[in-house]
Amino acid sequence: MTAVDERAEEAIAPEIGKARLRKEDQRLITGRSRFTDNLSVSGMLHLGMVRSPVAHARITAVNTDSAKASPGVVAVLTGADLADKQGSLPCAWPITDDQKAPNHPAVAVDHVAFAGEVVAVVVARSAREARDAMELVDVDYEDLPVVLDLETAAAGAPFAHPELGTNVSATWVYDSAQAGTGTDVDEEIAKASEGGIVLRRTIRQQRLIPAFMEPRSILVDPTGEQLTVWTSTQVPHFVRIFLALTLGIPESKIRVIAPDVGGGFGGKLQFTPEEVLTVLAAQHTGKPCKYTETRSESLVAAHHGRDHLQRLTLAATKDGTVTGLKVDLLANMGAYLGLVTSGIPVLGAFMYNSIYKFAGYRFTTTNVFTNTTWTDAYRGAGRPEATFAIERLMDDLAAELGRDPIELREQNWIKHEEFPFSTVAGMTYDSGNYEAATARAKELFGYDELRDEQKRRRESADPVQLGIGVSTFTEMCGLAPSRVLGALKYVGGGWEHASVRVLPTGKVEVVTGTSPHGQGHETAWSQIVADRLGVAFEDVEVLHGDTAISPRGLDTYGSRSLVVGGMAVIKAADKVIEKARTIAAHLLEASADDLEFTGGRFTVKGTDKGMALGETAFAAFQGHNLPDGFEPSIDADATYDPVDFSFPHGTHLAAMEVDTETGAVALRKYVCVDDIGNVVNPLIVEGQVHGGLAQGIAQALFEEAVYDENGTLVSGSFVDYLVPSAADLPSFITDRTVSASTTNDLGVKGVGEAGTIASTPAIVNGVIDALRHLGVRDVAMPCAPQTVWRAIQAASSKGGAA
Amino acid sequence: MTRISVTVDGVEYSDEVENRTLLVQYLREQVGKTGTVIGCDTTNCGACTVHLDGRSVKSCTMLAVQADGHEVTTIEGLAQNGVLHPMQAAFHESHALQCGFCTPGMIMSSIDLLNDNANPSESEIREGLEGNLCRCTGYQNIVRAVQQVAGASAPAGSSASIGTPA
Repeated sequence: MTAVDERAEEAIAPEIGKARLRKEDQRLITGRSRFTDNLSVSGMLHLGMVRSPVAHARITAVNTDSAKASPGVVAVLTGADLADKQGSLPCAWPITDDQKAPNHPAVAVDHVAFAGEVVAVVVARSAREARDAMELVDVDYEDLPVVLDLETAAAGAPFAHPELGTNVSATWVYDSAQAGTGTDVDEEIAKASEGGIVLRRTIRQQRLIPAFMEPRSILVDPTGEQLTVWTSTQVPHFVRIFLALTLGIPESKIRVIAPDVGGGFGGKLQFTPEEVLTVLAAQHTGKPCKYTETRSESLVAAHHGRDHLQRLTLAATKDGTVTGLKVDLLANMGAYLGLVTSGIPVLGAFMYNSIYKFAGYRFTTTNVFTNTTWTDAYRGAGRPEATFAIERLMDDLAAELGRDPIELREQNWIKHEEFPFSTVAGMTYDSGNYEAATARAKELFGYDELRDEQKRRRESADPVQLGIGVSTFTEMCGLAPSRVLGALKYVGGGWEHASVRVLPTGKVEVVTGTSPHGQGHETAWSQIVADRLGVAFEDVEVLHGDTAISPRGLDTYGSRSLVVGGMAVIKAADKVIEKARTIAAHLLEASADDLEFTGGRFTVKGTDKGMALGETAFAAFQGHNLPDGFEPSIDADATYDPVDFSFPHGTHLAAMEVDTETGAVALRKYVCVDDIGNVVNPLIVEGQVHGGLAQGIAQALFEEAVYDENGTLVSGSFVDYLVPSAADLPSFITDRTVSASTTNDLGVKGVGEAGTIASTPAIVNGVIDALRHLGVRDVAMPCAPQTVWRAIQAASSKGGAA
Repeated sequence: MTRISVTVDGVEYSDEVENRTLLVQYLREQVGKTGTVIGCDTTNCGACTVHLDGRSVKSCTMLAVQADGHEVTTIEGLAQNGVLHPMQAAFHESHALQCGFCTPGMIMSSIDLLNDNANPSESEIREGLEGNLCRCTGYQNIVRAVQQVAGASAPAGSSASIGTPA
């Protein structure tokens, strides 16, 4: 007899598709959370980071005498102390062979390139003593000219890093004529300028801050040669590899744990100076060391996002058929290259054409250094910028032609019967139905009624005008086929790993290489495995986020976890079933080919003879009676490399009310219909969409990281950097259509970034739509009342509508 | 250093604290109540919200010495005898948390909100939670959780598709 759970033998309704409540919640709602700053190790010391108050300077002297004499201080480490040990923080994505990048020290040695850069590390017995002593570190700076503006920086001196002799890091081009995926865009523009339409626009994607709620924290415990590193990261596997490569520590001596992590949104897709310095401090003192940043430090020194200047040219025929799209980008790297800083614009390069059938396309990004916090991944990473640009252009084209913006889009988008579709940017879109999602969105929105209301309010010159914003987006998810990443010069792969273990008692452990920080993988992966193995949802335990438990993995970002990591789980589960089948066949004295596996049970076709999966696990555990040469285990690993990306899409509609007298903007109604393929857990999907919308709407209306002329971040606290509150947002109306992905067995597409990518242009298009009849053609983001009011004033001083 | 006596989650503590110690630092570092977390340094995010004598306060905005003689309830003191507080249960049932970092403060503020106004409208809930930031949820399910506890009939928004993909 075995200890198999009898439930495995009952028929179980499919878990995939159920709105299961999350397994993760219990500890988080009761205060038993394990965020890094909640952890302590006996004898632990505390670090304080002394940061440069100036954006660009030579360091001429660092005096630490007073700080070292301060109560409780154990050590003060400067760039001079660590110069030989700290190496250079890596860029994992050199996008061109001749990409230029400065050395990237964790602590500045003789030069600082942005305000907030670490210049010394205080190690003390308490966090308060460290903070007191930080005030006593005396650094002499010799100011250097500061370069902040993108166009100025691209043009030449002054240089963010004088030794580079340029601010241009790299120029990267995708040209459809060269790639053989389309025509020459310049020819399309030339054709359109004779009898067609050419739109030229410049759009600024303002600088944003990811603003995860948990400030970053690191705890390092050096035990002999071994290091255990707890860090609030999205990428524990990356951190392990790069600690080894950067500091020359054998990878096998390093264990990295991402315990509970309080949000990331790309902001914790990084290998940080603070991680390196906490390790070096722990090695220096031989004691456990902890560093937790303040919110102010997080805003000034954790990487920022977006900050692109987009110069766009769209060519179309008079009948509204788009023919060419040329994108010329200036992308602000900030002062250094982080892990994937240089690749962010490249991630957008394949998406500017979006759902439309362009003949010719060229994308050029010029990556530029400035004396600002370095930029890197932020929710969407490249794709929100692309989607914003094309969706703004499509609205402008519709306005130019006096057409309905949805009808114009439909004229140009890929029809549902045309999938799979090879795009002008060289991608193959797997599936989609833009017609269905749009029809559903219009219905939920009451599109025609709102257009009627808009007309009435224009005619009556209502001081509060109504605008309808449209965004029909797509994005690429499931980063990524390793061969594609190799072709793009990214140093890593895009596979994912999983293990599935059936314990002797029939319980199942799933190890995933993804590293969730709010996404609910423990719940969703349990649903997937419950279905695949025919075990109860409650009997599946999902383990992650610790390189000693999950030794192989590429972590969580880019809406990849389900599409790639979920597939790895499926592949491992399938291997388990095949191993178990061999044991079952042996014990049932049947041919393996005659066994059927359903509901967690093998049965011999045409008989009532059978055996549960758990029984085979117990037989393997005993090892008493197995086929000759069969290893006593049914556990299995799988590493899955995706065959292609997946392409979710959706139609988002926003009703914006704009007070023309004050510039105040209100979001009255927001409808989105997303097609993310099959859905594992609709509750989690809804949550991802809501949160994504909030962040995309925040870019449109509220958030901007602002520097003064000296390079000081003036939006350096939550007083000034406007993360929206509940009172700033409405409830959203959401729905889905389903076009299953054809590039993976689950038919899933990825949802983590969809809301953020789609919503920003919907909001801004709505604001402009409310004001277009007044002559307003553009409003810069964020559409704050003053910005909107100024746009109205500027238009009216030009004489109103054209 | 000053000696203070504070009741935290029903247990009385008597401790020496530095005068500058914030209540949240005292709770986390001396009492071990790490369920209450720190999200900012300007009293904007509300992650550290606790109850002082039954009213919500941001524990980063008062000194530990100001809590002398008072009663503090943290997220860790809400569940009684293994039974979740209705607001904790509602957050779980409404999927009102993702990363969970804002959750302790959000739950404490939500309870206080209903203590003030047992049957708030959606906009009253949204305004009542203005002092608590969440970066994950877009607030919709948090509003839903509060409505669930309040017994309000109208759901937040209309989620046409939950459980039934179109």
